[in-house]
Amino acid sequence: MPSLHANVLSISNLCKSYGEMTAVDDVSFQVEPNEIVGLLGPNGAGKTTTINMVLGVLKPTSGAIAIQGVDISRQRSRALSNTNFAAVYAPLPGNLTVEQNLRVFGMIYAVAKLSHRVEELLRQFDLLRFRHTKCGVLSSGEQTRVCLAKAMLNRPQLLLLDEPTASLDPSTAREIRSNIRDFVASGTGGVLWTSHNMYEVQEVCDRVLFLSRGKILLEGNPNTLPQEYGKASLEELFITVAREPLTLELN
Amino acid sequence: MRFSRIAAIVLRQYYLVRGSPSRILPMFVWVAIDIVLWGFITKYLTVISGTGFHFVPALLGAVLLWDFLTRVMQGITMAFFEDVWSRNFLNVFASPISVPEYLTGLVVTSICTSSLGLVMMVTVATLAFGLSFFAYGAMLAPFLFVLFLSGIALGILGTAIVLRLGPAAEWFVWPIPAVLSPFAGVFYPLSTLPKWMRMISRVLPPSYVFEGMRSVVAGHAVPAYALATGFGLAVLAILLACWFFVRVYRYAVETGLIARYSAESVS
Repeated sequence: MPSLHANVLSISNLCKSYGEMTAVDDVSFQVEPNEIVGLLGPNGAGKTTTINMVLGVLKPTSGAIAIQGVDISRQRSRALSNTNFAAVYAPLPGNLTVEQNLRVFGMIYAVAKLSHRVEELLRQFDLLRFRHTKCGVLSSGEQTRVCLAKAMLNRPQLLLLDEPTASLDPSTAREIRSNIRDFVASGTGGVLWTSHNMYEVQEVCDRVLFLSRGKILLEGNPNTLPQEYGKASLEELFITVAREPLTLELN
Repeated sequence: MRFSRIAAIVLRQYYLVRGSPSRILPMFVWVAIDIVLWGFITKYLTVISGTGFHFVPALLGAVLLWDFLTRVMQGITMAFFEDVWSRNFLNVFASPISVPEYLTGLVVTSICTSSLGLVMMVTVATLAFGLSFFAYGAMLAPFLFVLFLSGIALGILGTAIVLRLGPAAEWFVWPIPAVLSPFAGVFYPLSTLPKWMRMISRVLPPSYVFEGMRSVVAGHAVPAYALATGFGLAVLAILLACWFFVRVYRYAVETGLIARYSAESVS
């Protein structure tokens, strides 16, 4: 097993229970530098619960999470300084403009040379013409781009993306994927990515983890995993995980 | 604590207030209306009583001080509600900002907004009703400071209540000053109250302020012991409110309430 310090994200034996219900059950995995890991699974499989625990807004029942070797339960602020996220269910305040939102969050993440960084991101995510527009009046695709710009503000070592392209048209989604691949290639960061778009997952992810009922069922290369389990495509494998997880567990 | 994170909370509030008349006006208008209303009531009471008792400093001064405490509290809760209303909890609490940094940001915001309200109240009370508020000079500062600390404690308590019970619980927060004012003896000496109410008054820092101010207005010296007691209680109230907020925050992180805040509960 690689050392904790070698990984961007290390999750060990993570569990989260709500009374009798177990949402995440003994999950362990790592995200390495320059790696994009896809966290896949049907609705309610435990993907967002896992991401919330990594973000420090949900306390695990047991297990450990380390970001760049920093234990989030002990040094939350330090660990989250190297992290950022974008999720469809966490839009930025609609009553602030794009630029104001980026400035406020840039200060929260203590970004150096903030004005310069904001300009860079406005350009990178094609938001220059919206800089003085309130986020609440942007289209959902434009809001997603603002969320991604916010997620890139601190050049995070760990980027968590929960269905980042869910509301984007195919052309914009392709650009976003390209931006994120560039981000991973140019630095030492890693990405944990959830998506229900299997085409996208195959295009972007180096490795995928299939979650079902809170457990990791399968793990591997998204381009070879379907064949390993006798399926024609990743989508078919996904449907099997969602409908008949036991058949895969027996394998 | 990192200064830039505290400043970010204040900057966000500045951006919101700057572009929004509906946020600017309440800072001035309600306090001005309160002073005008009570100003005329005190004038009328002075005329009909004919006793020579000075109602202006006693009543109007009390209204002004109580409004100041209310504005300090609301300065904190309003800044917090902005995050509630814009469903911004996940973005804020999944960031490196710590609870002390976040609360300090809310307090600094409140200092700015309540100072504006205080200036407006003093201006109206002085120009329209001849309240010589600053005639008491430096004596006034410790009284204002105890009220300020009390407002901070109530503001943090209010935010903790809303964090725990959900957005609809803001209606528990707005009436808090009105519920406390009979016990604080804002308009009358504590000796007017029945014994059980006086026992509650003894643990409320503002009651020491209003008793003390009445003593000063009556020409006596500043009651140092009472003021020190009020100050001590106010500091204790802030510590208790922070402890309560942290406890509620931990509960919210343990149960997932922050991530699902709009649901109001996790059960």
